[in-house]
Amino acid sequence: MFVTVELTNDVLKDMHRCMVQIRRFEETAGKLMEDGKIPGALHLYVGEEAIASGVMAHLSKEDQITSTHRGHGHLIAKGGEFDRMFAELFGKATGYCKGKGGSMHISNMDLGMLGANGIVGGGPPIATGAAFSNKFRKTDNVACCFFGDGASNEGSLHEAANMAALFKLPVVFVCENNGFGEYTSQANHQAIVDVADRAQGYGMPGVIVDGMDAVAVFEGAREAIARARAGDGPTLLECKTYRFYDHVGVRGMGLSYRSDEEVEFWKKRDPIDQFEAKLREQNIMAEAEIQAVYEQVAAEIEAAVQFAEESPMPDPSTITEDVYA
Amino acid sequence: MADQNNKPRQLTYVMAINEAIRTVMQEQPNAFAAGEDIGGAGGVYGYYNGIQEQFGTDRVYDTPISEKGIVGLGVGAAATGCRPILDLMFIDFMGECMDEVANQLAKMRYMFGGSATLPVTLLTMAGAGASLAAQHSQSLEAWLCHLPGLKVVMAATPADAKGLIIAAARDDNPVIVIMMKTLLALNGEVPEDSYATPIGKANIVRPGENYTIVTWGRMVHEAITAAEQLARSGLDAEVIDARSLQPFDTETVIASVRKTHRAMVAHEAVRYGGLGGEVAAQIQELAFDDLDAPVARVGAPFAPVPFSPVLESAYVPNAETIVAEVRSQLRIEG
Repeated sequence: MFVTVELTNDVLKDMHRCMVQIRRFEETAGKLMEDGKIPGALHLYVGEEAIASGVMAHLSKEDQITSTHRGHGHLIAKGGEFDRMFAELFGKATGYCKGKGGSMHISNMDLGMLGANGIVGGGPPIATGAAFSNKFRKTDNVACCFFGDGASNEGSLHEAANMAALFKLPVVFVCENNGFGEYTSQANHQAIVDVADRAQGYGMPGVIVDGMDAVAVFEGAREAIARARAGDGPTLLECKTYRFYDHVGVRGMGLSYRSDEEVEFWKKRDPIDQFEAKLREQNIMAEAEIQAVYEQVAAEIEAAVQFAEESPMPDPSTITEDVYA
Repeated sequence: MADQNNKPRQLTYVMAINEAIRTVMQEQPNAFAAGEDIGGAGGVYGYYNGIQEQFGTDRVYDTPISEKGIVGLGVGAAATGCRPILDLMFIDFMGECMDEVANQLAKMRYMFGGSATLPVTLLTMAGAGASLAAQHSQSLEAWLCHLPGLKVVMAATPADAKGLIIAAARDDNPVIVIMMKTLLALNGEVPEDSYATPIGKANIVRPGENYTIVTWGRMVHEAITAAEQLARSGLDAEVIDARSLQPFDTETVIASVRKTHRAMVAHEAVRYGGLGGEVAAQIQELAFDDLDAPVARVGAPFAPVPFSPVLESAYVPNAETIVAEVRSQLRIEG
């Protein structure tokens, strides 16, 4: 039987480390992309770290998640290893997907990470299927489905949410509402402010938490996940957040579709800064301990990037491998 | 005793499907069935009759009318250890779930570098001939065969309906089994035992010496009728039921053409952009020097399936269409 995770100091420290890992991974990936070392498109999670860290604090590797375009943070929080992640972003044979998926399809089945997804709204039906499987196989695992405010306008979410509620499946729909569907503000893509309002239409609770506060996310996720594990069905957990970078790439300021003032407003609410202030205030971590985390993470990332750079490219003869089992 | 059990008896196509699903549910504890109206109602075609009663509501699920939801459910469940049997009432509804089929089901294994396995069986119904008009009568196999990662089979007989469904369910890949609504009442010999019709292997249903007709689905029967008519003109046509469209048994087709030197591909789907073009191209690439005539193609006109019985029967290709096309191709008079 699963035991609900309590908010101990160790859990707080783990969430902090997780957020720092995601931040540094994403910043590094962004630089490597600008240097031309990472091909293709990167959708970076900077600013949204509290959500992955707060939700995943409750999950084991037997629990599943489905992710979005912006999936690196979810995989890191689920236990993904930097070396194989960077290798995948580099398109190397040693990557999690042998260089066949890249950033938008990064995944690890052994960790229950059923993939970032290149299709907006691709995840909800799959997460619902994983939750169905958990119930069918009589496990007490849950599936968490991450999606954005943009995906909340896709029909796939509607169908999946209805089925999940109807069958009382152990799934949590985690909406990362960062205020934009790609480059279009929420005000311009839907007539509601709170995506959680839609939960009522499916017959499931809709809960709103501050997505810049890892503790708030942790508390909201605890209740939703406990409800799912107990067989009481799904919850829509909306986390209000903001991405500090552009939809794709690293540029954050001077964008035509949002004001710099708005970005500054949200940056003052940086989830890591806020969290560290509390850790210090409550004497949970001293400054030196916090700095040690950054140093360790920096060393892990440096080694992982080196691993990725030194890894071999995939052999073109593998193009038609892995199409079929 | 096994031989006795395997003694073929007459069964309709619809009952062969029913028997196949029961067999799979018995053989595979991780198999479940999900689809619209398949539980209490037994499915709109009746091939789920009695199955929920036998296996229970824990294994046979009536779903909402949510094709994206159904296929997505199958993808997530298959990736985490189940063997779903999904039901898509009409192949025409593929448009409702094409993202789940084309971008998730077909590609997940590849995108994940081979780490995901998706043993999904998707049963669906195709074909015209029931005055169901443009959105309930199509043959869309070409859409699916263009997607690496899927296997696509099409059953022309009761025996193959059973064998292909069992083969699909035993396969660790997503397999789409296309059935044909105008064949549901067709009787045929069906062995009682559990057996798999090999995926990727065509069936020579009528051996012949000097003409090859490659076909699938309902058109197999039309091709046999056409072959009997052509026999009177001195043509001895070999009829090949491709059965498996992806993977396609090119070898059997080429061996036949090397013998007969003349070939046609006939399908009920719209001719333009149909799978017949691919098969014709393969024949010309691999057996050009063996051909005495260009490869002929028979398919539906470039129009949606019409409603009125008069229009529909003129639209759907049949034995007469095949015979006429052969005569035109070979310049046979009369």
